[in-house]
Amino acid sequence: MTVGKAIKHESAIQHVTGSAVYVDDRVKIEGMLTCWPVLAKYARAKVISINTKPALAMDGVLTVITAKDIEGKNNTGAIVSDEVLLAETNISYANQAVAWVVAENEDIARKAARKVELELKELKPILTIKDAIKQKSYHGEPQKMARGKAKQALKNAENTMTNEFEMSGQDHFYLETHASWVIPDNEGNYTVYSSTQHPSETQSTVAHVLGIASNRVVCISPRMGGGFGGKESQANPFAAIAALAASKTGRAARVRLNRELDMKLTGKRHPLLAKYKLGFSNTGKIEALDINLYSDAGWSTDLSHAIMQRSLFHIDNSYFIPNISITGYACKTNKTSQTAFRGFGGPQSIVIIENIIDDIARTLDIAADKIRETNFYKEGQETHYGQVLNDVRLEKVWKLAKANSNFSRRKAAIKKFNAANKYKKRGLAITPLKFGISFTFTILNQAGAFILIYTDASIQLNHGGTEMGQGLHTKMLQVAASSLGVSYERFRLMPTATDKVPNTSATAASSGSDLNGQAVKAACETLKSRLANVAANMLELNAPEDLSFENDFVSAKNNPKNKVSFNDVVARAYFEQVSLSATGYYRTPNIYFDNESGKGVPFYYFSYAAAVSEVEIDAFTGMFKLRQVDIVHDVGKSLNPHIDKGQIEGGFVQGLGWLTMEDFIWADNGHVATFAPSTYKIPTIAEIPEHFEIELLEKSPQAGVIYGSKAIGEPPFMIAISVREALKDAIASFSDKNQTVNLALPATPEATLAAIEKVKAIDEIKTS
Amino acid sequence: MLNYYMQKQAISFELNGKKETVDNVSATTTVLEYLRSSGKTGTKEGCGDGDCGACTIALINEDIDGNKSYQAMNSCLMPIAAIDGKQVFTVEGIANKTLHPVQQAMVDSGGSQCGYCTPGFIMSMFAGHYSDQLSDESIEGNLCRCTGYVAIRKAAKTITKAKSNDKFAKKLKTKPKANKSIELALKGHRYFSPISLNDVFIYQAKYKNAVLIAGATDLGLDLSNKRRDFPVLISLENVAELKQINESSESLEIGAAISLSQIEHKLAGRFDVLDTMLKFFAARQIKNRATIGGNIGTASPIGDLLPVFLALDAAVNLQNANQKRAVLLAEYFTGYRQTKKEADEVIISVTIPKKEAGLKRLSHSYKIAKRGTDDISIVAASFVIDLNKENKITHARLAYGGVAAIPIRAIAAEKYLLNKSWSKKTILKAKEILLNEFTPLDDLRASASYRNSIVANLFEKFFVEVKL
Ligand SMILES: Cc1cc2nc3c(=O)[nH]c(=O)nc-3n(C[C@H](O)[C@H](O)[C@H](O)COP(=O)(O)OP(=O)(O)OC[C@H]3O[C@@H](n4cnc5c(N)ncnc54)[C@H](O)[C@@H]3O)c2cc1C
Ligand code: FES
Ligand code: FES
Repeated sequence: MTVGKAIKHESAIQHVTGSAVYVDDRVKIEGMLTCWPVLAKYARAKVISINTKPALAMDGVLTVITAKDIEGKNNTGAIVSDEVLLAETNISYANQAVAWVVAENEDIARKAARKVELELKELKPILTIKDAIKQKSYHGEPQKMARGKAKQALKNAENTMTNEFEMSGQDHFYLETHASWVIPDNEGNYTVYSSTQHPSETQSTVAHVLGIASNRVVCISPRMGGGFGGKESQANPFAAIAALAASKTGRAARVRLNRELDMKLTGKRHPLLAKYKLGFSNTGKIEALDINLYSDAGWSTDLSHAIMQRSLFHIDNSYFIPNISITGYACKTNKTSQTAFRGFGGPQSIVIIENIIDDIARTLDIAADKIRETNFYKEGQETHYGQVLNDVRLEKVWKLAKANSNFSRRKAAIKKFNAANKYKKRGLAITPLKFGISFTFTILNQAGAFILIYTDASIQLNHGGTEMGQGLHTKMLQVAASSLGVSYERFRLMPTATDKVPNTSATAASSGSDLNGQAVKAACETLKSRLANVAANMLELNAPEDLSFENDFVSAKNNPKNKVSFNDVVARAYFEQVSLSATGYYRTPNIYFDNESGKGVPFYYFSYAAAVSEVEIDAFTGMFKLRQVDIVHDVGKSLNPHIDKGQIEGGFVQGLGWLTMEDFIWADNGHVATFAPSTYKIPTIAEIPEHFEIELLEKSPQAGVIYGSKAIGEPPFMIAISVREALKDAIASFSDKNQTVNLALPATPEATLAAIEKVKAIDEIKTS
Repeated sequence: MLNYYMQKQAISFELNGKKETVDNVSATTTVLEYLRSSGKTGTKEGCGDGDCGACTIALINEDIDGNKSYQAMNSCLMPIAAIDGKQVFTVEGIANKTLHPVQQAMVDSGGSQCGYCTPGFIMSMFAGHYSDQLSDESIEGNLCRCTGYVAIRKAAKTITKAKSNDKFAKKLKTKPKANKSIELALKGHRYFSPISLNDVFIYQAKYKNAVLIAGATDLGLDLSNKRRDFPVLISLENVAELKQINESSESLEIGAAISLSQIEHKLAGRFDVLDTMLKFFAARQIKNRATIGGNIGTASPIGDLLPVFLALDAAVNLQNANQKRAVLLAEYFTGYRQTKKEADEVIISVTIPKKEAGLKRLSHSYKIAKRGTDDISIVAASFVIDLNKENKITHARLAYGGVAAIPIRAIAAEKYLLNKSWSKKTILKAKEILLNEFTPLDDLRASASYRNSIVANLFEKFFVEVKL
């Protein structure tokens, strides 16, 4: 069985030889046009006039698309219809596209775009969360969840704390920027190649922008050079522009953003401000939390409500909070429309609760890991949204992570090191994770697959998920090969296409292999039951259910020698006029959520993990080195340990970037200031410690999930919070006094040095 | 050499062992653009800025002593004219029925997820493999957003030494050809790559709009993302006079057009301030192209070599068709991106005086940035302190980048330090002076007050950490 094996990525050989084809690598189409945007220079403005004539007068310019050219709807909002594709009257964020030049090549398009004359009347923009709060500028209504009596419990608590915590955004920085090619057939149909995580939505967006039926559009997502949520909803507008260009000119058209455009035009991880009151006991038990979250959602809604909802769900991380009241606001600001990004609102609220735990620990002078343990959920307890926790694996991953990392021995060694070193301090921390798996909008939890067996017994596998590097296609091949009992090599994994599997959900929420895996398996079961009838005849058996499909043979269970090859069964099936293709379908059972009451069972299950990180800070500069990382992750019974470990490593490092160096900055005029890797720094290999160990929790299959596996895409991002907590641990050791540590996010050298100065200052006040 | 050759209307080079001739693009088209537009899409664009490494290719290059090696370079910053006559390798060209060992190692370790960064990693590793220097440092200039690098590092570690009889190793053993002048006229763009300085002056006289280009790691940004037009470029890459290292009993002279990788290698151990700064100067792909002449020529206040040369009391040697002169670096910069260099002068070399005998020299450079590696400096600092037998400071140079409109020395602190003993007390007093020595600006990278603290703190760090 290939399931569970450490099989290499299905495209690994193409990757290393440069033969893997991404959207913009396709064989050039004769006469294909390139589109380039005309951007508004103000964050908020009225459009007075758009003069495209000077651009149109240039050689090689075919047309300039403006809102007037849209025959369907001028809207690409994924959920709420508040996102114009092309600004007509209002500019809502700096660099919003007002028009797109369509030209013979990129050079001409770029030159012509500069010639379009835009007359705008500048208005005062809203650029910060605090401004938005002041002006009550929100998308929709606030969301609330509550349990117990937070206000009352705060009054009774032995200790209370009032605080604010603000964090900035994060750019996805997928290596492949957004790209779309649209090819018209001039019978009114369009083929869209898009670097999208959500081909079905890209398809329907293109259709409604063009004003045609969805069946006239086929969207194909060949493979992406990274997505991380950034291509869940935000590929749609670019596909729609290319489609408009194709429909207007009758020629193939292409949009490919360069890095600067990609960073200026597309949404980020939501910046967030939290304001809270906390109550806790003298032993460090959290008694009450009254907290408001304000996300900076940007100019349109996009997925911001669902993202905020996940923040509300995850404010508890791994801790039982008896009295809690949490309200989330999605602030409407004049910025890019913030969007999905690995963790989907989870990281923001988990970093808050971990910060809170550390504050409690330092206030009470009890070790932070002990405070964490004190507050851990126990088996059978209920979350604040009413889901009962079963099979809680917190203790398991926690104990193992501590043991694997020699936690207590190293803690002592670090204490010694810090006492002996004035200018270098080390810190060590362990943080846990409980992360809910499922789309919280329940109906999205469905998937389809379509398998075609040819008479030579080669097989095409289609499923609704997209491949962005996470290894989904590899896992689906493993599922199909295991389920049909045939070799992995006989499959061709087809590019995700909406004419094969319709109405798919985005490949998101870490759910790709859970949902599509079950759909693939269902299709395999259908095929097997048909083939079993054929094979039973061939083996002269009466009961097809007594057959086993294994190693490319179909055999009698009680007499394995009585067997026939899979190829022969397929060939025979054709002659017996048995269908050799089948669809599969799956929906997650038993989950629901009631938005009104804020209660339900939104998650099919939870993934658990724990990480231990050690850092060393330089007192002169605030720069730090990550010295060691030890992770224990629950992935159920891994479908592919090779891929799961890769996800853990990559997710952790992405989290490390968010927490410590990725300083995404909007200038005072609302423009993105960090729009290139020269100013926006993601981790390089030099930031990764030599010691980076991962253990996957053993013997822990998850009931009801494909082959006992568990989701892995998002969770590891959030255990990087151990690095931030380790930094705080090191910073605290610059003082002899108990005190909380106030560290900005991201913890740049400047922020770290400021935090060090702060603890030292208090130290001096207390001593004098 | 000028006028001995017809200006060629096409460039030719060897791509993955096959000769290729190109006449339908301008000389300033980047190599990456050319590759991708001609269907060789294995090489990717992740930024077009020299910062991500997705566009990495390998070239066979000769160093100043005529030794050949494979060098990783960012194709997004290179004008296609710069590869005329060269042997170029891309990710599509290194497998030979079976995968190349670096490719196999990446497959086995799971070093690719989305695969978009992978071609760049492969080519960086390929170049590292044949120089026996494959390490983290070979791939620091390659960004990966998916893997977290753990598996990539594992791959790099499992790759064994290159076999000397492998087909790529053999290519390094062929005799170097004599450098030839190149004159190109492609689609209205001229590109000259002379081998003598005199020819540079002749071209400059003839084409008033000519711009000098060396490694193009600054100028390449204009070509790539900014799409600036350069009708005439004069490349200094092959000018013999600019590619020499000369040493006398008093000084060392380093040619302006030698790549930083070569300097790092050839002068290792000579100047601690230079060694320690080069370690943090950009990534390998950039260092394989960037030059000293370019760093001084750009005249950026955050050019990292400038504090190094300031701290070493170096002089810049300038030359035009009529005369040669030397200007002390300390006097060279006159304002933000303003220098004493005249428009027709070429930076020939940098001369570093040797230290006085009998003194103990303490020296080190520091670079502070948001990211420890491959980032633009918030503050760069180079310190040189000479001590006599009594532990008294006889010579002090504290040079900084990123704190003023020009790279600058902390003159007040230097004055204070002179004749003081090298002690904690002295340092703390110097720190006080340093805190107020400059009035830096706030910018994207850091606040002015952080810069001020760093200016002072780094000197104490130097005192604490430098080995006596
Ligand atoms: C990704 C990346 C990272 C970088 N990191 C760093 C870094 O860490 N530290 C740092 O300091 N810089 C860095 N740089 C900037 C750049 O690499 C350096 O300034 C380099 O030294 C420039 O050299 P070059 O030969 O490439 O110059 P070019 O780009 O060829 O030329 C730069 C300028 O100097 C002029 N010029 C070049 N040579 C001469 C000469 N001999 N005489 C007169 N004028 C001349 C040119 O006309 C041009 O105006 C980085 C650049 C990139 C793209
Ligand atoms: S494309 Fe990023 S370095 Fe060239
Ligand atoms: S594998 Fe996706 S960026 Fe490296």
